[in-house]
Amino acid sequence: MLPELRKRVLAGKRISEEDALRLFETDDIFTLGALATHVARKKNGRKAYFIRNRHINPTNICVNRCKFCAFSRSLGQEGAFELTIDEIIQKLKNGQGLRAKGQGKNGTHQSSHFTHPFFSEVHIVGGLHPEWPFEHYLNMISVIKKHFPKLHIKAFTAVEIDYFSKISGRSLNDTLTILKKSGLGSMPGGGAEIFSEGIRNRLCPEKISGDRWLEVMESAHRVGIRTNATMLYGHIEDLADRVDHLSRLRSLQDRTKGFQAFIPLAYHPRNTEIQGGYTSGIDDLKTAAVSRIFLDNFAHIKAYWIMLGEKISQLALMFGADDIDGTIIEEKITHSAGALTGEHLTAEQLVHLIQKTGRTAVERDSFYKTVRTYR
Amino acid sequence: MTIRNDGNRIGKKEALTLFREADLLGLGLWADIIRKDLHPDEICTFVVDRNINYTNVCLNKCTFCAFWRDEGDSDAYLLDTDTIFRKIEETIELGGTQILIQGGLHPALDIFYYTDLLSSIKERFDINVHGFSPPEICYLADTSDLTIGETLGILKSAGLDSIPGGGAEILSDRVREVLSPKKIKSSRWIEVMETAHRLGMKTTATMMFGSIETPEDIITHLDVIRQLQDRTGGFTAFIPWSFQPGNTELGQKSESRSQKSEVKKLKTISYAATAVEYLRVLALARIYLDNIKNIQASWVTQGLKMAQVALRFGANDFGSTMIEENVVASTGLSSAVTMNDIVSAIRSAGFIPTQRDTYYNLLRFF
Repeated sequence: MLPELRKRVLAGKRISEEDALRLFETDDIFTLGALATHVARKKNGRKAYFIRNRHINPTNICVNRCKFCAFSRSLGQEGAFELTIDEIIQKLKNGQGLRAKGQGKNGTHQSSHFTHPFFSEVHIVGGLHPEWPFEHYLNMISVIKKHFPKLHIKAFTAVEIDYFSKISGRSLNDTLTILKKSGLGSMPGGGAEIFSEGIRNRLCPEKISGDRWLEVMESAHRVGIRTNATMLYGHIEDLADRVDHLSRLRSLQDRTKGFQAFIPLAYHPRNTEIQGGYTSGIDDLKTAAVSRIFLDNFAHIKAYWIMLGEKISQLALMFGADDIDGTIIEEKITHSAGALTGEHLTAEQLVHLIQKTGRTAVERDSFYKTVRTYR
Repeated sequence: MTIRNDGNRIGKKEALTLFREADLLGLGLWADIIRKDLHPDEICTFVVDRNINYTNVCLNKCTFCAFWRDEGDSDAYLLDTDTIFRKIEETIELGGTQILIQGGLHPALDIFYYTDLLSSIKERFDINVHGFSPPEICYLADTSDLTIGETLGILKSAGLDSIPGGGAEILSDRVREVLSPKKIKSSRWIEVMETAHRLGMKTTATMMFGSIETPEDIITHLDVIRQLQDRTGGFTAFIPWSFQPGNTELGQKSESRSQKSEVKKLKTISYAATAVEYLRVLALARIYLDNIKNIQASWVTQGLKMAQVALRFGANDFGSTMIEENVVASTGLSSAVTMNDIVSAIRSAGFIPTQRDTYYNLLRFF
């Protein structure tokens, strides 16, 4: 496959957008996988990461109506929900309580590390609620922090941050600084979808533009908040749109170095307005591989098992990914759109998936520091 | 690893080394080259059929099976012929060309049940009856005091067209002794298939891996199949699938089952084989079985996305659309997959979806 391009990747040289397009178009998934693995090895050795985390969605009520989304509801619509801060604390306590119990008994800590679903990170994303003021979100973060000082809070996509800035009349910089002071630890990479204007206008006309998404992320990185980045693929975009998306991420990362992981998200068609089909497993693997090769300034590529399935996520570890996300515990967004996975994997299951690929399973914290290596 | 495709078959020893040590992507590439050679048109075939499991009552009680029941169990069943006819009618309405009839070893059924069933189906319907795996054939032969050849001859003249490759599990008696002590041993599975082939019946061959077998067992299994195919040429396809632990004794989710089956000292397996293990077996099977033209991807056990990937790791066929499937479903693996889903999955994987008959004649391009 493409001997000249191959040579460049092996030499560690940056590839162009045209190169990325040629990689997407190649039929030789085997060489593509080998090249992506080469790049991944140079960045992370034989390690493959997972995290003990929990997802919380405070509400599905959203003023936007993205056509690919099966999760959102209007205020008062059937199926709309909003969690109180107390309910959020209760959900978090359920997991943490089990951990405390496991650790309380002498000598049981070692053997119980798999069975007790404690988590070190909470991932919070939700709809753009028409009535909640910015203070509600600040309060949510600080109350969680007060109850669980050690819990890392990864919360709010760039879309939510933009919304907070609008409803509070504050600048992006102020909005992010206040959130950080309240206890926000890092931000997820959602809401990026596809940056390309034409596609974005058809997919999610109410949502912030690609440029605005990047602007929010740049501000976050400037105030010292690390974030992830995502791309929703497999709907109505073409391969050039994917490459354009990756390229804009790579440029921003060159400037800020604030992105931790890139997460390609496979579109799910059920209950959405654009419908269509699921992505193919082959496309999922190719997308992971091309992302790994093209995004030479990203340390991590995450194969999010909720969306790819355990099997394709595991295979993605052989196509450039080095992270399969975490225990999750409760997942609503992808499951609204016909997820084919469960909502929860135990740490033991994640370790098993990783180890079967011959990689070293590493439990990480929210900044990719090693919590524990499984041998 | 050196990829060869020069007609020199690989030996058992080399296969074992490949299985243990080869890089999965390299193995996949090798299998993909062979697959392209055998099927250069980028066609991926499937058969429209329905699995009709006439009974779940079974004397074998294999530890890896979630489907079997005792005769007295409240959910034990035996389908009446009207139900079977209705299922066949529906299959034909949906464009089906084949039914797979398979069931447990039911103590109350004798050979007349089978011959009556077959001839009454054939009187009414023009459909290929793919039925009765070797354990059922042997059980019939034993209870009726017939040889395997006589039994197959009788079933064939009553209307049986071809035989599914189930019940092979792993063709290693050491493994069979532990997992399914009551089931027929390897030599009898082979005898049924060889005899069927000699009588002019086509069959498939399967392998269930991911339980307690070793890599050597897997290679032995492939080798037994390859040798038999050298002698008869009667296998149309090879179908590897992985043990699904849900609701099985081996998977430790059902204590009542282990009390009933009386298998002792079983070390349980809680994980199904993962994606990398499945693809490794699949690719190796494609490389090793140079005399079997078709390798099926098992979307029922692996899911559609993995079945798509399997098309690049040696498989060229999606098996059946399974208008109905009960055995894998009883392990808790659900699949509401329609023929449309299968057609689009094949297409989006880059292949031409093509309906075939039991004998791999192409019927309809999509």
